Amino acid sequence: MRKLFAFTGMLIVASLVLAACGGAATPAPGQTVTVKETVVVTVVAPAAPVVVAPTGYGVTLETVKARGALICGVNSQVPGFGYVDANGNFSGFDVDYCRALAAAIFGDATKVEFRPVTAAERFTALQSGEIDILSRNTTWSTVRDTELGNNFVHTTFYDGQGMMVPKDSGVTTLQDLEGGTICVQTGTTTELNLADVMAALGVSYTPAVFDDADSTFAAYSEGRCDGVTTDKSGLVARRTVLADPSAHVILDVTMSKEPLGPLVRHGDDQWFDIAQWTVFALFAGEEFNITSANVDSVKASATAPEVKRLLGLEGDLGLKLGLTNDWAYYIFKLVGNYEEVYNRNLGPDTPTYIPRGYNSLYTDGGLLYAPPFR
Amino acid sequence: MQPDQGQTTAVPFWRDERVLKILGQVIFALMILLFFAEIIQNMQAGLAKQGITTNLEFLKGVSGFDISETVFPYDRNSTYWQAYQIGLLNTLVVSVVGIVFATLLGVILGVARLSTNYIINRLAAFYLEFIRNLSLLVFLIFWYLGVFLKLPRVKEAIIWPGNIFLSNRGVGIPWGIPTASYPTFRLILIFGFILALIVYFSLRAYSQRTGRAPLTILWTLLSFIFIGLIGWVILPEKPLILDVPRVEGLRLIGGKVLSPEFMALTSGLVLYTSAFIGEVVRAGIQSVSKGQVEASRALGLNSFQTLQLVVFPQALRVIVPPLTSQYLNLIKNSSLAIAVAYPDVFYVANTIQNQTGRAVEMIGMVMLTYLVFSLITSLLMNWYNQRTKLVER
Repeated sequence: MRKLFAFTGMLIVASLVLAACGGAATPAPGQTVTVKETVVVTVVAPAAPVVVAPTGYGVTLETVKARGALICGVNSQVPGFGYVDANGNFSGFDVDYCRALAAAIFGDATKVEFRPVTAAERFTALQSGEIDILSRNTTWSTVRDTELGNNFVHTTFYDGQGMMVPKDSGVTTLQDLEGGTICVQTGTTTELNLADVMAALGVSYTPAVFDDADSTFAAYSEGRCDGVTTDKSGLVARRTVLADPSAHVILDVTMSKEPLGPLVRHGDDQWFDIAQWTVFALFAGEEFNITSANVDSVKASATAPEVKRLLGLEGDLGLKLGLTNDWAYYIFKLVGNYEEVYNRNLGPDTPTYIPRGYNSLYTDGGLLYAPPFR
Repeated sequence: MQPDQGQTTAVPFWRDERVLKILGQVIFALMILLFFAEIIQNMQAGLAKQGITTNLEFLKGVSGFDISETVFPYDRNSTYWQAYQIGLLNTLVVSVVGIVFATLLGVILGVARLSTNYIINRLAAFYLEFIRNLSLLVFLIFWYLGVFLKLPRVKEAIIWPGNIFLSNRGVGIPWGIPTASYPTFRLILIFGFILALIVYFSLRAYSQRTGRAPLTILWTLLSFIFIGLIGWVILPEKPLILDVPRVEGLRLIGGKVLSPEFMALTSGLVLYTSAFIGEVVRAGIQSVSKGQVEASRALGLNSFQTLQLVVFPQALRVIVPPLTSQYLNLIKNSSLAIAVAYPDVFYVANTIQNQTGRAVEMIGMVMLTYLVFSLITSLLMNWYNQRTKLVER
């Protein structure tokens, strides 16, 4: 018995070591990483895989540059947003954002390593420094922005939660699902919204909660559930990979606001700024009609001061971010502007077509609005 | 005149074995303490710098999510702590059901493996070899996606005799619904149980005193059933009404509906663990020397009596310790529930951790939970082991 205690004690220690290393060398903003802390970590736990989260002003960019590649946490199971295609390449809207960020930092959109993370492990991966940025259709919410130690960069996709049902079930409203079973993925805001909305409507249901998107939709297509719920974009995307996409309908209800966007961990304001202004550059590119095709000619003939500042012909906005002055040029040249990224992954020519709706420029009645580049 | 004393005082303390022994222990203990202190302090400092504190206050918060299988009433307004308890009880249910059925099946398999009937023997051997060499996770997913979700939809449910409904929404079996007189009936049953125990022990004492072999088990069971029947007849209202499952709208209602997740998890765990228990039982039986069997046959005991009175009591000494580890394995393996979406304690803790970001606390709680479950099981089994050991002369 005593041995058992000792062994369990060891296990607890081991897990604490892992947890400890995750947060160990993460000083508050403005504080520098002291040598002592690094020494403590390595001396105390030499055998454990030491993951030191690089945080503190400017530390993340330094780490990324030293490594020579950005590590980006993405989804691998939602076509159109983050998906591994038939050739084993990552593609999707969220994936392209990572490429844009790599282009801004390195002038090379291929210097990015994609790390697929599940909904459940994504925040831990970010906090422990396993990934530099999380771009995985993640909903912006208060708890995640504060208690979980993340900073949401900006909304890149305005979404809402929907419900998909088999067409032959005859279900048209959420009330029709009374007494039914609903498939949902664990660790998501979707799971919480479902409970909220159904409680408000007074509809009783049984949740069937799965660990990842693949098993959620596998169980749904086996008929385990009467409906499946996630963000509408996710439903559209996943419907394309069901056996018979036309046999399923997405109900005309929106159960919640789901602002999706990338996020970084607390403590490195410079990194936050770089990530945020990369989003704004994508917006601005569409606003000023700078595309990957015309960026060179625009650069050669630019006269509008804001375009010149954006492309680094005037002023030194890039240097202020800690990057080079042609950071935005590489974003447009190598990845494109917001519209191009959108159409490549979610446009009318793709199987995962989602009308732009709120995800249009403010000038077109949407919500995309970049602050001035000056 | 005291050469010995002179010698001992001459040894300096750093070369005195007795002192060194204690000193070694103290230094080792100090190192461990320091290690712990450093680790915990390090973790707290790290978390504090990210603005994350560790405490259990969050467990009082509203959970905001629903759980599919609940032992007591639970909804989104319940607290995280209640959600955790639901998970705890679900794990307990799966473990107890799993251990009971795995033991029954395992003993049958172990005996069948040694049967002189060629077909039974070969079938058991094939089963044991096949199941033991599978991965449990794969096996569970096979039962879930390959068997229980492949059952027909609710409206085309297969109905087995005895009103057993098989559908991909679950397996519905008839179940007794307690009525107003049930609490009284339960008291009667407890009384019957105590009486049965008295019968059992007095018959055993009688048998040990006189050397005769009364049908102890049979009389014990009969006395329990007799009391139960009397209770059932004399109560003005039937204590239990038989409720039969039926299809209503999108779901099965009535009776007891066992979800596909529960069915997949328990069938997977039972069939898997029973194969190991079967091997343990076979080894135990084979450990009893052949002379014992021959002697008991020579005394005129039949083969069942030989097994029951001579072989099994001796085999138990060999069976119980490895059986304990199989039970522990089953309890710990039940955490694979997450693969088939059954809300056990690990699954619920995962959800809570996700929604609150309290990784350290939740993982700590889950480890503690499995530790306590396992320690209680070991404790009971060790106690049983002590008892079976006493049989030995």
